[in-house]
Amino acid sequence: MSEDIVVDGLRMRYGTNDVLRDVTFHARHGEVLALLGPNGAGKTTTIEILEGFRMRSAGRVEVLGTDPAHADEGWRARVGVVLQSWRDHGRWRVRELLAQLAASYTCYREPWDADEVVAAVGLTSQADKKIRTLSGGQRRRLDVAIGIVGRPELLFLDEPTAGLDPEARREFHLLVRDLAERHGTTILLTTHDLQEAEKLADRIVILDGGRIIADGTAAELATRIAGEDEVSWTHEGQRRTHTTTESTKFTFDLFRQHGYAISELAVRRASLEDTYLALVHDAEATR
Amino acid sequence: MNPTTTALRAGWARGRTELRQSFTNGADLWAHFFWPTLMVAVTFFLRDVSFGSSGFLLGTLVLPSILGMNASMAMVSMSQQLTAEREDGTLLRAKATPNGMLTYLVGKLISVSGGLVVDLAIFLVPSLLIVPGLAVGSVGSWLTLAWVLALGMVAALPIGAVLGSVFTSIRSQGLITLPILGMIAISGIFYPITAMPEWLQWVGQVFPIYWLGLGMRSALLPDSAVAVELGESWRHLETIGVLGAWAVIGVLVAPIVLRRMARRESGSSVAERREKALQRIG
Repeated sequence: MSEDIVVDGLRMRYGTNDVLRDVTFHARHGEVLALLGPNGAGKTTTIEILEGFRMRSAGRVEVLGTDPAHADEGWRARVGVVLQSWRDHGRWRVRELLAQLAASYTCYREPWDADEVVAAVGLTSQADKKIRTLSGGQRRRLDVAIGIVGRPELLFLDEPTAGLDPEARREFHLLVRDLAERHGTTILLTTHDLQEAEKLADRIVILDGGRIIADGTAAELATRIAGEDEVSWTHEGQRRTHTTTESTKFTFDLFRQHGYAISELAVRRASLEDTYLALVHDAEATR
Repeated sequence: MNPTTTALRAGWARGRTELRQSFTNGADLWAHFFWPTLMVAVTFFLRDVSFGSSGFLLGTLVLPSILGMNASMAMVSMSQQLTAEREDGTLLRAKATPNGMLTYLVGKLISVSGGLVVDLAIFLVPSLLIVPGLAVGSVGSWLTLAWVLALGMVAALPIGAVLGSVFTSIRSQGLITLPILGMIAISGIFYPITAMPEWLQWVGQVFPIYWLGLGMRSALLPDSAVAVELGESWRHLETIGVLGAWAVIGVLVAPIVLRRMARRESGSSVAERREKALQRIG
């Protein structure tokens, strides 16, 4: 399959401060890739370089076969951008703005019909409302509608669910999955929320301190890094817990030592979240 | 269709929508009517005041001058809108859309100049009923008014775009109000330029406001009124020269400055400005 995003040895430096060091990753066509990391990891800088909004210090970057730093308007028409927060065009009505923006794509390809894209993001009953009256979740969905109105081959979503309530977040996740599955859009999203990455992405790239510290599917990441399981039990009326990477062996030893005196045994497997936190913690310790 | 044609058409649609929005909401309507109404009131009180021994009424002389001043203020609306829409991310949105900057600018030129024409009418129509002695009967007057206005716009809007690119926050936009008031004061709008010291006359004649005022007076005043002007001439060639020079400079410089400004726009730069704006409020 062809590569929609190629990032090779990307570096970004402000003065003497390295924001990105030797970042390398790829995204295949049709793939949903999550760039996961704590705040300040360099996610937004990376995505802005890929969007063509920021110059890089060094490294090779290709998005849809073109270097975004020198891309033309034809390339721009193939890429959709949803930033962390938009509050532009507050006086415009939802359908009015979508129709206006769609008109800019007509010389490249047939864009979405404004009404169709409004329906696709579930804003039909808000179509004639002024944008500044939308709720946070509705505004986010409008931002996605604007991002996809030109039928992009590749969509960038920067922290798409920041500030959304759980229900809006769930709806948003469904929308993103739908875009990827039904329209085959390649999606690069950034998030600091591991559950979100796990839910949405085919593959997760973990960025921390300007470096990539892991790259793989959620399952691969969970097995690659041995997380610490949590074993808890009751002995002589006292509740005890112990964390270990070898929970099976530990439990066996526990029974061998105390036999029937052990009760209420529970073993909680390391979750992907524990793995992620352990990874980020290690990366910060060795920095 | 080629991309430029598409962008021009989209820009036209955009300008029309913005114009409609601007005349269908309370805050904007207030702005559209407030200044012209105030100026009508000024004209009303000056209608019977005679101007020295010239035999002209002050109201008659001031009306076309105010028209010229208002026209040059399109520069300020251009500049303010550009700054405000950079702050709220409209420009970044334009940048994220194919040929979006061109579409945006075309739209802005249409909405600002369209808004201006309406504002001028709001002032001019009632004032014509109040002020006697204007030469509004001939086609020539209106043709002169049209070319002065058109040339004035081409001179003023690019300057506005440059100012809007240079000032990064709505607050710093406030800084340009004072020099503009100063410019109005020395441009012979409310006070004849001939009554000022000679060096101030020269300064006043550098800026477009004086020439827009002069051009409007040449259009709407009877020929005999030329006696109160510098050199007792309407100086149409000089008007074309100075406004034309501003227009050429603006048309050459504005795209460079705008491009530089647009290049720096990114999600984080918009977010950063918002943070700053919020800190000021909080």
